[in-house]
Amino acid sequence: MTVAPSEAASRGDESPGRDPARDPSPEGERLRRIEWDAITGVMMREIINFRAAWKQNAFASTVQPVVYLLAFGLGFGQLVDKVDGHDYIDYVSTGTVATAVLFATAFSAMFGSFVKREFQRTYDAILSTPVDVEELVTAEVLWLAVRGGLFGSFPVVVGICFGLDPAWTTVFVPLVAMLTGFGFAASGTLISAVVRSIDDFSYVTSALFTPLFLVAGTFFPLTGLPLSLRIAAELNPLHHCVELVRDCTFGDLDPTDLARVGALLLFAALMWWGAVNRTRKRLIA
Amino acid sequence: MPSALTVTNLRKSFGAVHAVAGLDLEVPQGTCVGLLGPNGAGKSTTMRMLTGQTRADAGTITALGWQLPRESKQARAQMGVVPQLDNLDVTLSARDNLRIFARLYRVPAGERDAAVARGLEIARLSDRGEALVGALSGGMRRRLLIARALLHGPRLLLLDEPTVGLDPQVRQELWAMISGLRTEGTSILMTTHYIEEAERLADSVTIVAAGTAVDAGPPAELVARHAGVEVREIYGPPARLGEIEAQAQAAGFATRRTGTSIAVLGAEGAGDRLPAGEVRAARLEDVFVKLTGEEVV
Repeated sequence: MTVAPSEAASRGDESPGRDPARDPSPEGERLRRIEWDAITGVMMREIINFRAAWKQNAFASTVQPVVYLLAFGLGFGQLVDKVDGHDYIDYVSTGTVATAVLFATAFSAMFGSFVKREFQRTYDAILSTPVDVEELVTAEVLWLAVRGGLFGSFPVVVGICFGLDPAWTTVFVPLVAMLTGFGFAASGTLISAVVRSIDDFSYVTSALFTPLFLVAGTFFPLTGLPLSLRIAAELNPLHHCVELVRDCTFGDLDPTDLARVGALLLFAALMWWGAVNRTRKRLIA
Repeated sequence: MPSALTVTNLRKSFGAVHAVAGLDLEVPQGTCVGLLGPNGAGKSTTMRMLTGQTRADAGTITALGWQLPRESKQARAQMGVVPQLDNLDVTLSARDNLRIFARLYRVPAGERDAAVARGLEIARLSDRGEALVGALSGGMRRRLLIARALLHGPRLLLLDEPTVGLDPQVRQELWAMISGLRTEGTSILMTTHYIEEAERLADSVTIVAAGTAVDAGPPAELVARHAGVEVREIYGPPARLGEIEAQAQAAGFATRRTGTSIAVLGAEGAGDRLPAGEVRAARLEDVFVKLTGEEVV
């Protein structure tokens, strides 16, 4: 049972798009390469899933940074009076925003995308609809960034409860956390698309993320570190997040912070690009 | 008749394994075509290429007039896909699963609630819409998967082994459902390794083996072409079966082993050139085994 090819198809020079000789039905609206409807559709899935387990998610994303805050802030706070002119607990509560963002975004992205891709086959289901990999990745990263922005700001709220006096620019903290979260959610997605096994995340956690948050200026100033480590810290996006959050909270914003925002934007863009490409390679053989 | 799907000389290898090796396939609009083949014949790889989730090494695919994979997104907007493996969100309700996909399929906002209600109706889950998918039976989940693929009123439905692993009663339910869709004019491509499924549902069957189509046509035509009208099943001890097989083949008949017997195809009019046996009508199963060399599951 065969159908004769259309004239254009026979010549082999048909233009891109539908071949009306084969398919005479009316053409639907042509979809764009990146569609907001696709992104919001995938985000809606995340939101509905989140709604079903928001308590567990909120607990996991906020408790660990708060434990760090209490342990370091109240513990070391008895030994250290002030750091860079601020009470130590205020110093730590602003610093742990970066840690909270890391936990809420990179880890969720790594494990979440691996499970959805390899075990639940959720990505196969989504990609069988008119959604492409860049839309899928953008939506998931965007959602984690929003989540990271909200959970990530929680340590500042705890700090305020312990006496931190915030400047009005503290309102920008969730935005800084979201921007940082976008980059780390994308990096988690990228890592998930690179590793062979879910067990490989142990290497990433120990060898990459732990040093990143320890050398970000979260618990101690970097000024006392050797020059090489200080230069390395300038390449650490978490360090820029820490500095921006402190400057917003203490009202110390200056032009250097614009460069820090630029660095976070660059980090986010590079990680997004890597995440899209590696995820595409992993999903579309 | 215009074509909903045309596949020409499709090829895909994974290393040294040629999963699809020059497959040609046609789904005329409004018909159901069965892609029938044993496990490992390349059916699922073909399905993934049709949804743009696997890139072909060579060949062309035109789905609903769109060239794949370049215009896969346009085609997917008008296609529904039912995967072999259940990929529903088990922690969400049946209704939420459909709501999400109604949005992904770009069902207009004002029509989404109706589409979801219709989906639940199709899946016969209207009274269990709030139940978590993880709590539904295998048959219910499979119906929900089909309903999910129909939310946007697709013009082409791809069914990958739609009833695999289900008990006979649920399988029959799904056959009725698929048959209804075909009657309504939806073009369907269905992979299966169940002969009866292809025989009952497909207007035309393409038999695949080792990644290529070995023959295609309406089931009755395939049977007439390869197995004739009658098959004579001759029973006996194993040594005797070997002799009968050689004798039949020497007389120009095609045969197949069925475990306890030798089935001689096209045996009508063989008279006493063959030993006595049980005579039955030739079936698609005979054609499948003859063309693929595989026993029926």
